[in-house]
Amino acid sequence: MDLGALSFYFVAAVSLVAALGVVLTRNVVYSALLLILALSLTGLIYLLLLADFLALVQILIYGGTVSVLLLFALMLTRPQDGMALNHKGWPLAALGALLLLGALVYGAVASDWSAATSVTGATAGAAPVRISMEELGLALFSTWAVPFEIASVVLLVALLGALQIARSAGSAPGPGGADGSANGGLNGMGDREGVR
Amino acid sequence: MVPLEHVLVFSALMFAIGAYGVMARRNAVLVFMAVELMLNAVAINLVAFATRLDPQHFSGVVFAIFVITVAAAELGLGLAIVLRVYRMQSSVNVDELDTLRW
Repeated sequence: MDLGALSFYFVAAVSLVAALGVVLTRNVVYSALLLILALSLTGLIYLLLLADFLALVQILIYGGTVSVLLLFALMLTRPQDGMALNHKGWPLAALGALLLLGALVYGAVASDWSAATSVTGATAGAAPVRISMEELGLALFSTWAVPFEIASVVLLVALLGALQIARSAGSAPGPGGADGSANGGLNGMGDREGVR
Repeated sequence: MVPLEHVLVFSALMFAIGAYGVMARRNAVLVFMAVELMLNAVAINLVAFATRLDPQHFSGVVFAIFVITVAAAELGLGLAIVLRVYRMQSSVNVDELDTLRW
């Protein structure tokens, strides 16, 4: 067994333990930190699966951006102490997840992947090929140019939508601002206005 | 070289952990974290198939990039909604969001 495979199993095991911690721990901040660990280790998994660019993207986006976003969301929506983090029916959820796991693992193990061929004629038994950044960039801007542009529009719309949803009526500048802050006061939201 | 099956089993485990989190957690932010785990598991699958079965076109890697893009957009929008709900209800427990229940 070579070093690459060994490091894959090691990283995969640590990442699964971290993922279990995300859904099992009682402390929401530990949950977020373990999620950052699990997602960054997935970046390493991409590296070991020979997708270099994706590893960089994963660590930049999940390690850098998503983690900050989640920690801020946890900070702003601080759950009260002693409040149950799980539903009462969590054993049922565990049972459902185990059934799902059984089906997925059965599908993965029972299928004869060595007989599988892709449209390009490669077989699953072949050695994996490193995907170079240059090829990926060329493909992204030629074959996948239209989806790429649509993705950028999706990001823009999500940004504007998030801004519009998250800003409260009270802090909105321009007409209606005074009205909104009066509403905020009536609803007893004044104490949280300073948080944002 | 890691066999394809082992990568698939790893990603199935991570997907099941995420699915459990989505079903069991009450806090909306924790539900989002579990959704991230599930999306991640899917992206691992796509990359494994791309490097092994489709090395000429590597569509799976491109798909994974789009999955990450959409996940980032979904998280930003979802957390904005969570903040809004918290301001209205002082709680982000998903079982208390029953305003639309008839």
